[in-house]
Amino acid sequence: MTNARPKKVLAVASAGGHWVQLLRLRPALTNATVIYATTNRGLKHQVSDAPFHVVRDANRWDKWGMLVMLFQVCWLVLRVRPDVVITTGAAPGYFAIRFGRMLGAKTLWLDSIANSEELSHSGKLAGKVAHAWLTQWPELASSATSVDESGFQPGRERRRAARRRMERRRPEHHGAVL
Amino acid sequence: MIFLTVGTQLHFDRLVRAVDEALATRPQIEVIAQVAEGNYRPSNMQYTPFLEPTVFEKRFEQATHIIGHAGMGTIIQSLLQCKPILIMPRIADLGEQRNDHQLATARRFRGRAGVLVADDEKKLPGELDALLELSESQPIDEFANPQLIAWIRQFIAS
Repeated sequence: MTNARPKKVLAVASAGGHWVQLLRLRPALTNATVIYATTNRGLKHQVSDAPFHVVRDANRWDKWGMLVMLFQVCWLVLRVRPDVVITTGAAPGYFAIRFGRMLGAKTLWLDSIANSEELSHSGKLAGKVAHAWLTQWPELASSATSVDESGFQPGRERRRAARRRMERRRPEHHGAVL
Repeated sequence: MIFLTVGTQLHFDRLVRAVDEALATRPQIEVIAQVAEGNYRPSNMQYTPFLEPTVFEKRFEQATHIIGHAGMGTIIQSLLQCKPILIMPRIADLGEQRNDHQLATARRFRGRAGVLVADDEKKLPGELDALLELSESQPIDEFANPQLIAWIRQFIAS
């Protein structure tokens, strides 16, 4: 069967190391229509003529900035309606995964290679929502699968069980950006 | 020319000061620095808080050697261009970063060809001299490793 149309991928990362790592995944995106989002307008030239969006940068102590970023990311996800969200972090990627999943996108979090001994704060949060949750360090990964196949399950008990599974979840390792 | 960068977010005065003070006795070394918004004012190098990405890339390319915080963006960029790099990790207890992931990064990269680590400002001058003895670093591929690329490609397609 041939695909009707290429998958629409929203690729999100904060400027800096997260963004550098995201761009190193580009060969994985060649069959898709990619829409990029980051936190620094000046990076546009690095993705040539691909659609490129900018959201506000903020860290978790900048509550106002974080709120603005949240709205910008949600608005972007609403407009793009991606089939897939992939991110290397940090906060804007987490928001994109949270909201993207609500709207039916498949979501992938690749934890930064900088987190070599412990997962990042946003990475731990992302592990509770992302379909695929990857670490770049085998030592931080579980051997069991971490791709969440649960989908929608009716019934409070089943939802609770799914939540408990997610709490115990560890990221998978399938390679690194270098 | 050495390009000194502390990354695009937080200042790192401890590193900037250490390099600046080392330059006082090494006037032959030219350093251009991107220092973010710190309080320390270097006197032995040209510096600016931030650079537009295109200018940043140009400085990076012009440099023969890189000095930076132990941030992955800086490290990956150096390795891509085979440039020797000296990194000094930020420490959370000194308010330089949210957590100590840069200490972990420094441990991971120590010993890699072309990558030098100064654990702190006291070690920096010696490592700076060692850096200038190096002419290249062990390069990396242009993109992430093929196994990871294939896995993500499959994830998107399925």
